[in-house]
Amino acid sequence: MLFFSSSLYISMYCLLPDFKLSNAYNFNLTCTKAASIISSRSMDFPSTLFVPSRTMGTYEPIHQIGLWGENFKSIGSPNISPSVIFDVANKLENESETTSHELLAPSSKYDQEASKPFDKIQRRLAQNREAARKSRLRKKAYVQQLENSRLKLIQLEQELERARQQQCLYAGGAIEVGHLGISGALNSGITAFEMEYERWMEEQNKQICDLRSALNAQISDIELHILVESGMSHYLELFRMKSSVAKADVFYVMSGTWKTSAERFFSWIGGFRPSELLKVLVPQIDPLTDHQILEVCNLKQSCQQAEDALSQGMEKLRETVSATLASGQMGQGTYLPQVAMAMEKLEALVNFVNQADHLRKETLQQMSYILTTRQAARGLLALGEYIQRLQALSTVWANRPHGPAKLTVENVR
Amino acid sequence: MDKVMRLASENGLVLFSKSSCCLCYAVKILFQEIRVTPTVHELDQDPEGREMESALSRLGYSPPVPAVFIGGKLVGSTNEVMSLHLSGGLIPLLKPNHSMLN
Repeated sequence: MLFFSSSLYISMYCLLPDFKLSNAYNFNLTCTKAASIISSRSMDFPSTLFVPSRTMGTYEPIHQIGLWGENFKSIGSPNISPSVIFDVANKLENESETTSHELLAPSSKYDQEASKPFDKIQRRLAQNREAARKSRLRKKAYVQQLENSRLKLIQLEQELERARQQQCLYAGGAIEVGHLGISGALNSGITAFEMEYERWMEEQNKQICDLRSALNAQISDIELHILVESGMSHYLELFRMKSSVAKADVFYVMSGTWKTSAERFFSWIGGFRPSELLKVLVPQIDPLTDHQILEVCNLKQSCQQAEDALSQGMEKLRETVSATLASGQMGQGTYLPQVAMAMEKLEALVNFVNQADHLRKETLQQMSYILTTRQAARGLLALGEYIQRLQALSTVWANRPHGPAKLTVENVR
Repeated sequence: MDKVMRLASENGLVLFSKSSCCLCYAVKILFQEIRVTPTVHELDQDPEGREMESALSRLGYSPPVPAVFIGGKLVGSTNEVMSLHLSGGLIPLLKPNHSMLN
């Protein structure tokens, strides 16, 4: 950026042998014109940038530094192209030739300008140059910053894409976001379980059909016994599967993610409530002998007591973990000691899930001891159908129109 | 182990526990529900707790607590106690020791 100082030119002209004051004044005028030409040619230059000074004849760069910043904001690059400077220089030359004889300046003003010291002008020029240099550096820094931000943005976008792809890979079966970034073994444990459970469910439905047709067909007790045994061991297989995945991820089992929504609604420590099971079964296996009624009654009571004990133990576990996490000072953003302590306490959760499954298993087995083969078959069928009804409820609920649910054959299928 | 066996024989129903153990708490609640009062030894409050704990783990149960002894004989951990109760065998086992029943 060039700053024109007419005084400088005048001073230079003074040194020439055929110096004419009139020429100097004309030059002063043409410098004003030059300034206006430059102003009009540069894109974002405000026209107030050059302010002709009366005293010195220099063009003061008022608010020059501030304007640089403003120009940055308007994303303009106020560069004067070399061609403009050249044009102006030419114009100056032409105009000085044509107008040298035309104007007559009041001599007092002229004298003032001529007598100003050379160093002041030099100093002013140096200041201008320095200001220009600083503004160039600032511009460079700003552009660098923009470039860095752009690169960072690209990097973040790439990371996000990678994370999304990983999540999709592990997402078979509605795994929560919390599973992102955990070990491969854990994920494969869950994936394996979900595949096994799908097969288990298929086999379960097949067994229910077999039981239904067997009971309607009035087959022999011996054949029925085989079906009952298959049914029982099928449930034992489920408990074995759950125990295995609980070791991998106990929270997965606690959440019941692999089950339908209505099943999850009734979930108690990762599965069905044993007392609930008895409530569903018992009315379906009438008539019972008096002895059986007593035994079933006792089983119901001990089942309820064991359930209560485990429920209260779970509540104590929640309180303990909560108290551990909340211990110590808050507000410092530190939490690692509390989390480490809570981890230890939380390990007991695996034991509770195992105990709950053990209770479910025991309840089923005790029932099988109390009941006859035929009663046990009816019991298993009832239990299987109850689960199917829960699953149907989940489906209908999910597909309900916003209004009263319409139970049509299409909905249930 | 000697101390464990000695303490186990002192009363009809003995429970080795830890005050911080939530599963032990569940067993205590169960005994409450069936209205029996066990003699509880909290290992974390006993000066010889560590030795007793390792003695109990040598019996094969993991975790070593809760450990239930009835009439000086080892019944087992939570699993065994639950199974026993559901099968209706827990209360009869406790009956000979009338002093425990409230």
